[in-house]
Amino acid sequence: MSNPLVDMQKPEVIFCIGTNMTECHPVAATGLKKAIARGAKLIVADPRRIGLAELSHLYLPLRVGSDTALLLGMAHVIAREGLIDEEFIENRTTGFDEFFEHISQWTPEWAETITGVPARDIETAAMWYGSANKGAIYYTLGITEHICGVENVQSLCNLALMTGNIGREGTGINPMRGQNNIQGAGDSGALPNNYPGFQAVTDPEHQAKFKTEYGREIDLEKGITKVTALELCGDSIHAMLIDGENTLLSDPDREHCEHALRSLEHLVVIDIFLTETAELADIVLPATAWGETDGVCTNTERRVQRMRAAVPPPGQAKPDWWIICQIAQRLGFEGFDFDTPKPVFNELCRVSPIYAGLDWERIDKSEYQWPVPHKEHPGTPRLHEESFVNGRGIFSNVHYRDPAETISDDFPVWLTTGRRLQSYHTRTQTGRAQGIDYLLPEESLEVNPADLETWELTDGEWCKMSSARGSINIKVKATNRSPRGTVFASFSFADVPVNLLTGSGYDPITHTAELKVCPVRLEPL
Amino acid sequence: MKHNMEIDGIEVTFSEGETILEVAQRHEKEIPTLCYDPRLEPFGGCRLCIVELEGARNPVASCTTQATDGMVVRTATDTIEAYRKTLLEMVVSENREVDVSPLRGYAAGELADLRDTYAVNSTRMAGAKSGSNKTEDDNPFILRDYELCISCYRCVRVCAEQEGDHAINVMNRGFHTQITTEFDGLLKDSACTFCGQCIQTCPTGALADKKALRAADEVGDAIPDKTRTICPYCGVGCSVDILTQNEKIVGIHPAMDGPANQGALCVKGQFAYDFVQHSDRLKTPLIRGDDGELHAATWEDALDKAAEGFRQVNAEHGRHSIYGIASGRAPSEAAYLMQKFIRVGFGSNYIDNCSRA
Repeated sequence: MSNPLVDMQKPEVIFCIGTNMTECHPVAATGLKKAIARGAKLIVADPRRIGLAELSHLYLPLRVGSDTALLLGMAHVIAREGLIDEEFIENRTTGFDEFFEHISQWTPEWAETITGVPARDIETAAMWYGSANKGAIYYTLGITEHICGVENVQSLCNLALMTGNIGREGTGINPMRGQNNIQGAGDSGALPNNYPGFQAVTDPEHQAKFKTEYGREIDLEKGITKVTALELCGDSIHAMLIDGENTLLSDPDREHCEHALRSLEHLVVIDIFLTETAELADIVLPATAWGETDGVCTNTERRVQRMRAAVPPPGQAKPDWWIICQIAQRLGFEGFDFDTPKPVFNELCRVSPIYAGLDWERIDKSEYQWPVPHKEHPGTPRLHEESFVNGRGIFSNVHYRDPAETISDDFPVWLTTGRRLQSYHTRTQTGRAQGIDYLLPEESLEVNPADLETWELTDGEWCKMSSARGSINIKVKATNRSPRGTVFASFSFADVPVNLLTGSGYDPITHTAELKVCPVRLEPL
Repeated sequence: MKHNMEIDGIEVTFSEGETILEVAQRHEKEIPTLCYDPRLEPFGGCRLCIVELEGARNPVASCTTQATDGMVVRTATDTIEAYRKTLLEMVVSENREVDVSPLRGYAAGELADLRDTYAVNSTRMAGAKSGSNKTEDDNPFILRDYELCISCYRCVRVCAEQEGDHAINVMNRGFHTQITTEFDGLLKDSACTFCGQCIQTCPTGALADKKALRAADEVGDAIPDKTRTICPYCGVGCSVDILTQNEKIVGIHPAMDGPANQGALCVKGQFAYDFVQHSDRLKTPLIRGDDGELHAATWEDALDKAAEGFRQVNAEHGRHSIYGIASGRAPSEAAYLMQKFIRVGFGSNYIDNCSRA
């Protein structure tokens, strides 16, 4: 997030797109509710009539995968109506003239033909966001889990740059991160393109630094992403070390994924349960869980916080850091002789400029949001206040692209996937918490009531849902949350493995899967 | 701009908009409250926070009265303290019990603490009681023990103001007051999201943590230990206190000073903690045997085999045949060492985390 969570109560206009915040980040959503109570206007763009849509002043029910078109249409209106921030554009950005030219062709009337959202509503959204002194954008995986995830994010950046809605209180571009330490995993350098602290592996300066730090030559080019690695399993990838990820259920195209992991010569999984993924491993190593492990995590607003052990682990379970060190030591690798997590975190701080001012003691009270470049620095709740990291904000002349697969006679229904309030990811945790089943005992497919007849389905009965990759059986639930022609299910339940169906395509740059769009066919059972 | 007023003979400064209670608390005056939660709008229902204000005929509720320049306030005169004791006698007389398990909720002991402070032990108010329990609500998380309710409306207000859910409301008035949901039904059929905020703000334990109370016998009169940590679920990073007794996790309290949540939680962070001590947890390393099955093994054997496998694949297929996937759930030390393992060990950038799905 460019802005801190406390800023969520401050905007005049809030634009939420592709985020089911009341279910996936409920506590953050309370901030938006307070802003609304204080008079802020809420615009929600989402294919489904989610909880946020019910709270909104303007709801834009766009067709799945058409976000770029909607955002181009909004940019067109903002420019046409002269709602741009000329001073900001002049002082802080580059490429606006070309962008201005580019968007002149993408009218809201054109956007209506792609998105299904009335041009008039696209205009209203643009006018509200463009006129606001403080306009803030919030998004989640509904923006990124597309083949055009990068273009979607760039389109949001265009809106913020042209209106100067960044670098100030109550503004910004704010992706909500989905896991307690997914931000920290990236910060720590567990990425094929970055060393710790987002230092690009292709930058000669960083290459030299880590050659010295780690005492060996490291590839000068980026590594492959997990998606590519899974593609290459059995071909050129023959061993994997997976820490705490139920890859099999969380990733798209389960059959492909299972085949990939089975074709490895050596698979080591570190986890707290014998997950579907761990069941395929050659070696399974039991890790300590939350509540048993001392360590550090970083939240969606870049706040670096301590996690603390409260109870001893079961049996012989050991912390992840210890397990990795033990394997490394047996292979003769240097620099893995740690006895506690503290020196590990301090080493991460030492090699990462964004953490340079932090150490194990300093983060004890959760006071710091990175970047914290030195010990006297107070942290950075708000990014981009004075300048952008790379100098000027760049306008991107994006084009709309269709999803990897579009509906056809064989697969005439759009399936979109996501999460639910009461379950978390693949339910390895919430599925084992007593009482959760009372609220959410099983998965169901959300279908618009008017569509039941079209596909000969019955509310509460089972149906067969098929994509180009496979079929699953799932119970039908009629609800107006789903629009006509689009259905929804979460991927949380192992007995309804929705990710057997997904995996139609990937964003070519980020390799994020298009989990939000999958044409399917529905048949009664 | 700073303003001045006098509290108990001491000149103090305050900012525009502060209430007498806020100014007094900042200057470490202990004014009793029951309906007050600093996260909510002032309500003025319980009247315990009354103070004497020079020039005013009657005492005023300090939580709803804004400080103004030149005010002269006395917070604990004999008259005020006598009023407070009588008020507490009436409140205490209504409830089936006052000494409740600390497992009921974060603020559940507030009434008992005030009763002790004011040495309320008379029975002169014995008589009418209000509120009846909602025993038919079989939800696993929130106990609706309204015989302990004192109609402070904190639950109603936290649900509306903090959560924006408006699931809890009030039916009837006076001794017939009943806190409930719309149509007096089950929480499950209301707008309730089971975030648990009502049980954490309730000052008497009338709305209580049913899940935590499963450990009531084990905990007894003891005060469970608290460990401050961060919720294990989404990326918001809410601060929580884990409650433990005899090395068992018995409940979760939201951290009222948590920078990301300021006391708020959702159903997962509040109630979905018992996966940690679930019998399904892996307790020993496992090695796949010649029979194709996973078998329990010692750490020595499992680590040796794990290392040997990487050594062999590296020797046979080269360093670009090995890949690491770090967790978005484990602490940063794990992710840091995963990437170091790949970069130091194999000199490649063949490392990723689970953020692409």
